[in-house]
Amino acid sequence: MEVAQFCSTSHVVIVAGKGGVGKTTVTAALAVAAVRAGSSVLVVEVEGKSGLPTMFDRPSLSYDEADLDPGIRARFLTPDAALVDYLETHGMKRISKRLVSSGALEVVANAVPGMKDILVLGKVKSLDESRAADLIIVDAPAAGHAVSFLLSPRGLVDAVRVGPINKQASDVVALLSDPARCQVVLVTLPEETPVSELIETAYAIEDRAGVALGPVVVNQCFAPPPPGLNGSQAVAKVLADAEACGRFVSEREANDLAHAMAFRAERQRLQHEQIVRLADRLPLPQIRLPFLFTPDIGRPQVDTLASALAHGIEAL
Amino acid sequence: VSSITSLVADHQVLICCGSGGVGKTTIAAVLALEGARQGRNTCVITIDPAKRLADALGLESLSDTPSSIERDHWDYDGTAKPDGALAALMLDTKSTFDRLVTGNAVTPEQAQRILDNRFYRNVSGALGGTQEYMAMEKLHELHHAGDFDLIVIDTPPTRHALDFLDAPRRLLRLLDNRIFRMLMMPTRAYLKVASVAVQTFLRTVARVVGSEAIDDVVAFFRAFEGMEAGFRDRAIAVEALLAAPDTGFVLVTSPRRDAMEEAEFFAGKLDTNGQTIDALIVNRVHPKFGDESPAGLRATAAALGQRSDEAARRLAARYENLADFREIAELERAHVEGIQARVGAKTIAYVPYLSRDVYDFAALHEIGSILFAPADGSPDPAAV
Repeated sequence: MEVAQFCSTSHVVIVAGKGGVGKTTVTAALAVAAVRAGSSVLVVEVEGKSGLPTMFDRPSLSYDEADLDPGIRARFLTPDAALVDYLETHGMKRISKRLVSSGALEVVANAVPGMKDILVLGKVKSLDESRAADLIIVDAPAAGHAVSFLLSPRGLVDAVRVGPINKQASDVVALLSDPARCQVVLVTLPEETPVSELIETAYAIEDRAGVALGPVVVNQCFAPPPPGLNGSQAVAKVLADAEACGRFVSEREANDLAHAMAFRAERQRLQHEQIVRLADRLPLPQIRLPFLFTPDIGRPQVDTLASALAHGIEAL
Repeated sequence: VSSITSLVADHQVLICCGSGGVGKTTIAAVLALEGARQGRNTCVITIDPAKRLADALGLESLSDTPSSIERDHWDYDGTAKPDGALAALMLDTKSTFDRLVTGNAVTPEQAQRILDNRFYRNVSGALGGTQEYMAMEKLHELHHAGDFDLIVIDTPPTRHALDFLDAPRRLLRLLDNRIFRMLMMPTRAYLKVASVAVQTFLRTVARVVGSEAIDDVVAFFRAFEGMEAGFRDRAIAVEALLAAPDTGFVLVTSPRRDAMEEAEFFAGKLDTNGQTIDALIVNRVHPKFGDESPAGLRATAAALGQRSDEAARRLAARYENLADFREIAELERAHVEGIQARVGAKTIAYVPYLSRDVYDFAALHEIGSILFAPADGSPDPAAV
C-alpha cells in the first residue's frame, strides 16, 4: 500500500500502546512519513509532558496549534481548554469563565467520568469535520487508559441521555466506529509483557470500543545477526576468524566481540519468538521498526524511523 | 552492605515511581523479594491494570486482599532469613472504593444508596484519579492493619505518575469546594440556602450535560452527607503516611533521554512536595562490552569489510555490532552522568538490560543479585 493511500484510509489515526513502547516516536515517524507522501498533518497530544516537541527541537506544546516542522502542526488538547473552547463556540462564553473560576469544572470532571475524554475526543471530532489537516494523528494515553479513553463516549451516551454532551458523545462514537474516518495503530515492543498487553488492548478496543484497528507497529526490533554468526559466539571462533584473515585480535577484544554478538543474537531470538506469538494471537499486519543504538530520539532518528515505517506500509 | 539493601531494611513503606515502561513493577517486585529474604513480612501492591506484576508473581486476577507467595519462589537457594514472608496484591480499585464507602457510611442504607448511584458506579470503576487515590487508600489500610513489616507499592502507569501524591489533597479540595458543600446540604436547607452562584452553576451544568445527569450528581453528592469528616480524616492520614520518615521513595528510570527528563521532572515535583528521593534506580542499562571507541571499531569493520573472504566478513560484522553496542553504552553513560545530584537522590543503583525478558522469578532473582550484591555501593554504571 502506498503511504499516501494509507494516509487517506482514515483521516484520524489514534496511536496507542503501553508506556515506554515509543508511541510518541511512532507518532512523529508517521507524521514525517505522511508529509513526505504529500499529506498535511496535525498531531494531537492528550497527556501530560510530551517528548514530541523535543524530537523536532521545538518548545513545549500548548492548546493552540504550533508548527512542528514543514507540513506538521501540533497541539496539546487539555479537557479544560477543550470545554472552554466548546462553550465559547456554542454561545456560552460568559458561562465558560464562571465554570472555570468557581472550581465547578473540577467538580463536574470528577463527578462525570469520561467527561474529560469526551471533551478531548469531541475536539478531535470537530477538527476532523473542519478538515484541519489531511491526517490527524492522536498520540493516545498509555494502554489501560487508552481503552477507557476510547470507551468513554459509549458510556456517556448511556449516562447522559440529553443535551450537548450526549450529542457530542454520539458524534464521537460515530467517528470512532467508522473505519473510513478513524483507525487505531497499536505500538508495542517485541517483549513478553508488552506483547501480552497489546493483545489484550487490541481485543478490548475492537470488541468493546468498536474502533477499527490498523497495522500493529513493533518497535525496536533487532536485525538478525549476519549469516554464519547466528550460532555459537565462542571467543575461540572469533580468534579463529582473526587468524584466518591474518588480523591480530587480543583475547580481551575477542571476548567483547563474542559477547556483544551473543547478546544481540539472544535478544533477536527472543524478540522473534514474541513477534511470532503476536502474529499467532492477533491477526493484524505488522510493521517492524529497527532498534536504534541510541538513547536519544531526535530529528535524525525520526527520519530513519519514518523511512522504515513507510517501507513497512508499502509492504502491507 | 549495599545502600539499596539498607533501603529495604530501614523502611516500612517503599513507593516506586517513574514514567511508564521503565520497569517500576519489576523493581517493586525485586525490592519486595529482598524484603522477604531479609526476614521481613513483606507485601507488594501493584495498581497496574495491565497486570504486569501478575505476570511476574503468578497472580491471576485483581484482589482486595494480599495473597501469599510460596517460599520456594522467593527463597530459591534457601538462604533467606526464616521469618520472611512475601505476599502480593493487585489493586481492585472498585472494591477498595466500595469498602471505603461502607466503612465510612453512617448507616448501611446510606452505603447502599451510594453504591447503587449510577454516577458512583462510574466514578468508582473509572481509571483516572480514582485509581491513584484508591492505591493510597489501600496502602493506608494495609499499613494501618499492621500485618506487614514492609509494603512496597508500584504507582499507576500514567504519564501523570505523580498524581498519587496529589490524590488525597484532590479529594480534600473537592470536599472544600463551595458548590460541592452546597450540594451536600439536605434537600430543604439546600433549596433555601443555595446561593445564586449555585443555582447558576446547576443551570449551567444542566445546559451542558442535561438535567437528568444533574439529578444523579446531586443525589450522589447528597448521599455523602455525614461522611465528609471520615473522608477528610482519611485523606489527612494518607498524606501523613506519605510524609512519614519510614516511608521511602524509589525513583525508577531508564537511561533513555525521555525517561531521564521525566525522572528529573518527577524529582522536582517530589521536592516541591517536601519528599526526598531515597534511591534512584537506573534500569535497563545496556552492558558495556569493553571500552574501545565506537569510531575505532567501525574503522576496523570498514577495513575488514573491503575483503572478500568469509572470515574477514564475519569479523567485520562482529566489529560493526560491537561498535553499535559500545555506542549506545557510551551515550547511556553520558546521560546518567551526574543524574544522582540532579535528582537529589540519597543513593543510586544500576540494573543492566538483561539479554532476556523479565517476567519470572528467575529473572527477578538475577536482578536482585545485582542490586543487592554485598560489594555494591559502587555508583558506577561501568559495574553493570
